Amino acid sequence: MAYDKFNILTSSAVPLPIENVDTDQIIPARFLKATERVGFGDNLFRDWRYNGDDTPKADFVLNDSTHSGKILVGGKNFGSGSSREHAAWAVYDYGFRAVVSSFFADIFKGNCLNIGVLPVQVTPEFAETIFNAIGADPKTELEINLPEQTITLKATGQKESFEISGYKKDNMINGFDDIDYLQNIKEEIVGFANKLPY
Amino acid sequence: MSTTLFDKVWDSHVVRKIEDGPDVFFIDRHFIHEVTSPVAFLGLKERGISVLYPERTFATADHNTPTINQHLPVQDALSANQLKALEDNAAEYGISHWGLGHQKNGIVHVVGPENGITLPGATIVCGDSHTSTHGAFGAIAFGIGTSEVEMVMATQCIMQPKPKKMRINVNGELSKGVGPKDVALYIISQLTTSGGTGYFAEYAGDVFENMSMEGRMTVCNLSIEMGARGGMIAPDQKTFDFLEGRLYAPKGEAWDKAVAYWKTLKTDADAVFDTELNINASDIEPMITYGTNPGMGIGISKNIPNANQVEGGAETYKKSLAYMGFEENDVMIGKPIDFVFLGSCTNGRIEDFRAFTEIVKGRKKADNVTAWLVPGSHVVEAQIIEEGLLDILTEAGFVLRQPGCSACLAMNDDKVPAGKYAVSTSNRNFEGRQGPGSRTLLASPIMAAAAAVTGVLTDPRNLF
Repeated sequence: MAYDKFNILTSSAVPLPIENVDTDQIIPARFLKATERVGFGDNLFRDWRYNGDDTPKADFVLNDSTHSGKILVGGKNFGSGSSREHAAWAVYDYGFRAVVSSFFADIFKGNCLNIGVLPVQVTPEFAETIFNAIGADPKTELEINLPEQTITLKATGQKESFEISGYKKDNMINGFDDIDYLQNIKEEIVGFANKLPY
Repeated sequence: MSTTLFDKVWDSHVVRKIEDGPDVFFIDRHFIHEVTSPVAFLGLKERGISVLYPERTFATADHNTPTINQHLPVQDALSANQLKALEDNAAEYGISHWGLGHQKNGIVHVVGPENGITLPGATIVCGDSHTSTHGAFGAIAFGIGTSEVEMVMATQCIMQPKPKKMRINVNGELSKGVGPKDVALYIISQLTTSGGTGYFAEYAGDVFENMSMEGRMTVCNLSIEMGARGGMIAPDQKTFDFLEGRLYAPKGEAWDKAVAYWKTLKTDADAVFDTELNINASDIEPMITYGTNPGMGIGISKNIPNANQVEGGAETYKKSLAYMGFEENDVMIGKPIDFVFLGSCTNGRIEDFRAFTEIVKGRKKADNVTAWLVPGSHVVEAQIIEEGLLDILTEAGFVLRQPGCSACLAMNDDKVPAGKYAVSTSNRNFEGRQGPGSRTLLASPIMAAAAAVTGVLTDPRNLF
């Protein structure tokens, strides 16, 4: 599925300094019943965001108007749990284009990369610096530069590099996905399959 | 060069390596279910491409299915719609489909091995993180996202960087009352839910060698809960005996050839892992979780740790205990419970029902407990009846439901109400996992049985 190309993103960020945020929190299973990829942003963090009667929980960060932006900053081990790509869709559909954390769960990270959300892994110290900076000024901006692979706190110039494979970086900058690549080498795949035991 | 079991299977499935990128990785077997496949089929339609090898994909409905009155139309309109979408898509693309009511229907990770679709040395994926289950057969099996489901259908490949290698050795003798689930929960409690991230695990040592195939599946199933993409166990005679004669397993000459190949699938003596963990089997007690991730587990006789004893942030830890309604230093034994769930891709196999039945035999279900006993497939259901387990369960006041994922993930009607405690043989105790506000305590089938007959958390070793 096509997604927005990613180059340089400058935005304020929404802080969620909780560890082990699992995919059942990002999108509870009862919201996985759609057969199309629509409306997942409305249910992002559903049970942290809304009471049982669908009224917003005032103390949850997405309901706090002082925080906004296209970058979500999460605690360690963000996205653990299920393989549901719906979690990454919910993050994207809500309007986030990047998630920053000191540690990501594998499948969630891969899903993000496949749908155009950039997972930016920083050191625990830099994550702390970002949380503190947002605490001091909720409108403080981060710049995520994908070609340069850097993340910068605009106010102070504090900067860190992050890792991404050259292949995935190229995909995100150009808005390509893996199927485009695989479709182009189909003959090679069929040749390979013919030699396998099963 | 010496290689590991994982290397042998992985390397033989790499179509090409991309410089500064992932491997193009060939998939032998692909399972799909109703939840994570519809958007992948939409993607195929939008691109106008077909399924390259429909005979390599197998569809079964499990997450949304009701576990009573399966002969009636599904009540929930959204669930019914998703089940119908799977049926229609499978028919359109020529994929085998074991839907609701089909005699081979059941949880995807139960029916795959049952029908010999899961084979040693194979690469297996599914849009479901507990696909790691199939590693019990010496396959590389792991969960994928929906974009990847689409890739597999379109090209039978996904793009994956090769994970690092971890070996978990458990040696010695397990004490009475300690089973595969306890071994897995103990490992996760040691590694935490992120300790295995970036790795693919091999389970080795005499505890796994002596374990049944069902037990191995339980252990491999829970690999994802320590963050590992998957876990595997070298195939042996037990593996071959389990598979021989099953529907999709090779037959005749092909079988002999396959077994000869499978016997080569083991880690070389001097192969090196990126990390190893050694565990003494006698250190493991019957396990119970007390928090909101599977790493928050302790032996049933232990007290809940204090925030300063655990790794990670005290704030997150205290939030978790507050959700559970527990306090630091609480004793687990004697805590009242409301629900018991036996089932899921973790513990929905015949051996799990045998273990549960052994404890409840001659006892009665406690009045304060609602129990859901849900076989992983119709095959398991038939075995429960055939072995006489159903008679014992009925006598003890239990009812057997119909196969499906049931109360594992609150997608169907089997939901635990807010604030209630469920001793569950499933795999995740996340907030709201079994229903909004539900409180899950992960445990083995015998721990669940002990709680079901006493109405409180009970050390199952006292009931033998």
